[in-house]
Amino acid sequence: MYVIVAGGGKVGANVARSLLRLGHEVTLIEQRRDRFDRLEEEFEHQVQRGDATELHTLERAGIARPPDIVLALTGDDEDNMVICQIAKEKYAAPKVIARVNDPRNQAHFDLLGISPTICATSSIMALVEHEVPEHDLIHLLELRKENLEIVEVLIDRDSPSAGKRVEGLALPEGARLISVMREGKAEIAVGSTMLEPGDQVLAILEPGKEDELRKVLLHR
Amino acid sequence: MKALVIGCGRVGSSIALQLQQEGWEVTVVDENEDALSRLGDHWPGLFLVGHGMDVDLLREAGIEDADAVVVSTDGDNTNLVIGQVAQKRFAINCVVVRVLDPARADFYAARGMRTVCPTKTAIDTLTEAVRACEIPIPTKASA
Repeated sequence: MYVIVAGGGKVGANVARSLLRLGHEVTLIEQRRDRFDRLEEEFEHQVQRGDATELHTLERAGIARPPDIVLALTGDDEDNMVICQIAKEKYAAPKVIARVNDPRNQAHFDLLGISPTICATSSIMALVEHEVPEHDLIHLLELRKENLEIVEVLIDRDSPSAGKRVEGLALPEGARLISVMREGKAEIAVGSTMLEPGDQVLAILEPGKEDELRKVLLHR
Repeated sequence: MKALVIGCGRVGSSIALQLQQEGWEVTVVDENEDALSRLGDHWPGLFLVGHGMDVDLLREAGIEDADAVVVSTDGDNTNLVIGQVAQKRFAINCVVVRVLDPARADFYAARGMRTVCPTKTAIDTLTEAVRACEIPIPTKASA
């Protein structure tokens, strides 16, 4: 397949090298002169110098063919968003992948319909949540299109929700309990379900409601 | 009428001052607090320091009640993204975006964005100024 990689930093250069090793055709685009000179020694004609948000740079790299996929991997989120929009909407590139540098910009990528995205910070944070056992609210699944997420909460002895029925909890608006796992058996959470210490509770909620949910279930 | 101006350089500050003189209630956002000095000694409006990509800052700057948003930072792509956030997320009808690159300005204009390209204006004006000199062009000899 043919791939355009925008951004020749560590991420872009390593991705381009890996794709080339797999036998794919790649054009790497790098704007900075010093970086380009170093890349040219390795990638030769497969790297081009230019601003990948400029139409003529992309055209020189063969965007009009169009490539099978465009990877926007620069260190600038706004540049990555514009590259993806131009590739998809002007040149009908069938697929794009965008790198998110600042996780706070994720919402902007989503708003502009740019998907899939990859954010190193978010991936590391998700791993931290999985790896560090004392973390009390674990993100299991992000349903980005639906603007919902599924989290797991462990009820302990000090939790204010222990010993209460689900219908008696003042759950925040935009949050519902899905299921309760007790001694290896899961049950769908209904109004009459009683929460007990040791329960692993799955909840579905709008992102941003975690603290409110944590307060009701764990009082922290 | 409320206007929000994002990017207070030479262009943004002049637009802010102009609109304010015409009776608009203008709020200005810039990354650099020194940019406030471009608005003169007695800027009556709000001035916030921060990045226009920051949605919380935009809310603080009153984007939800804004009748017009002018995006004029020194980065084309930053302007294009902030402009779309104002249009799509905050449903602002009048969003004006400065884009120096004519090609990108045309592309986003075709997608329904009010882009203004000073480069294109300069090209047209300068070309017209040359024409106005009325220097006769010798007719090419026909083959």
